[in-house]
Amino acid sequence: MKRLFPILGVLTAILLSYALYLALVVAPTERTMGDVQRIFYYHVPSAWTAFLLFFINFFASVAYLIKRNPKIDAVAVVSAEVGVVFCTVVLVTGPLWARPVWGIWWTWDIRLTSTLVLWLIYVAYLMLRRFSTSSQTPVLAAALAVFGALDVPLVYFSIWYFRTQHPQPVIGGGGSIDPAMLHVLLINWLAFMCFAFLICWSRYRLEMVRREVEEMQSLESLLELRGAR
Amino acid sequence: MSYLYAAYAATWIIHIFYLSTILTRAKRVRKEADELKRK
Repeated sequence: MKRLFPILGVLTAILLSYALYLALVVAPTERTMGDVQRIFYYHVPSAWTAFLLFFINFFASVAYLIKRNPKIDAVAVVSAEVGVVFCTVVLVTGPLWARPVWGIWWTWDIRLTSTLVLWLIYVAYLMLRRFSTSSQTPVLAAALAVFGALDVPLVYFSIWYFRTQHPQPVIGGGGSIDPAMLHVLLINWLAFMCFAFLICWSRYRLEMVRREVEEMQSLESLLELRGAR
Repeated sequence: MSYLYAAYAATWIIHIFYLSTILTRAKRVRKEADELKRK
């Protein structure tokens, strides 16, 4: 498995470079928005990847509440952390697209607000994991994650059921997309998914080693305490 | 065009920053593991 990681890393780097080339050079220029529309090739795949990671976090949290397996708990932490990174990209690239197109950086529209709330929920989840010292932290965090995941469908379907300034969904919704643009969008999504998978893999390995070291440190301090007595 | 480049640059700055935090944490954990082995 260790040998596979650098090979996948190189393949992902090639795919990301190819996806960038497609987004900046090959994709047709949108008639009304011009080149700024190309932000869409990073904004949308990042959002889809973040949603997927939050769903993994949800399933891992439910599984942890049932089985109490630390490995599943590690999957939950890792998916939430990487999900927050991708959600941050969404919240930064969105206003950079909105400023030239809408004339404003931000509006308190349901899609934008619910995405911000989603980001805040998972930041709260990570802060709970980082700063709480209680042995019940994984259980509390898993419960928070189950409720937090409820915001994901709200974010996704908000543009279907509410009047919003955000563009309509390009797949399965009221919007439409040129097949050449769709191809570039899907390649970029694949590239970001591979990238997210590699980050999650290395972060999971780090999380497991960190837990092992932490366990050894507590054991050591316990032995020192016994020795002192 | 400046907004487009700003968005692409911001994306990679966020990812590179996150990757650097993973590397820093990995170094710290490795150092702690080495200290425990020495004891």
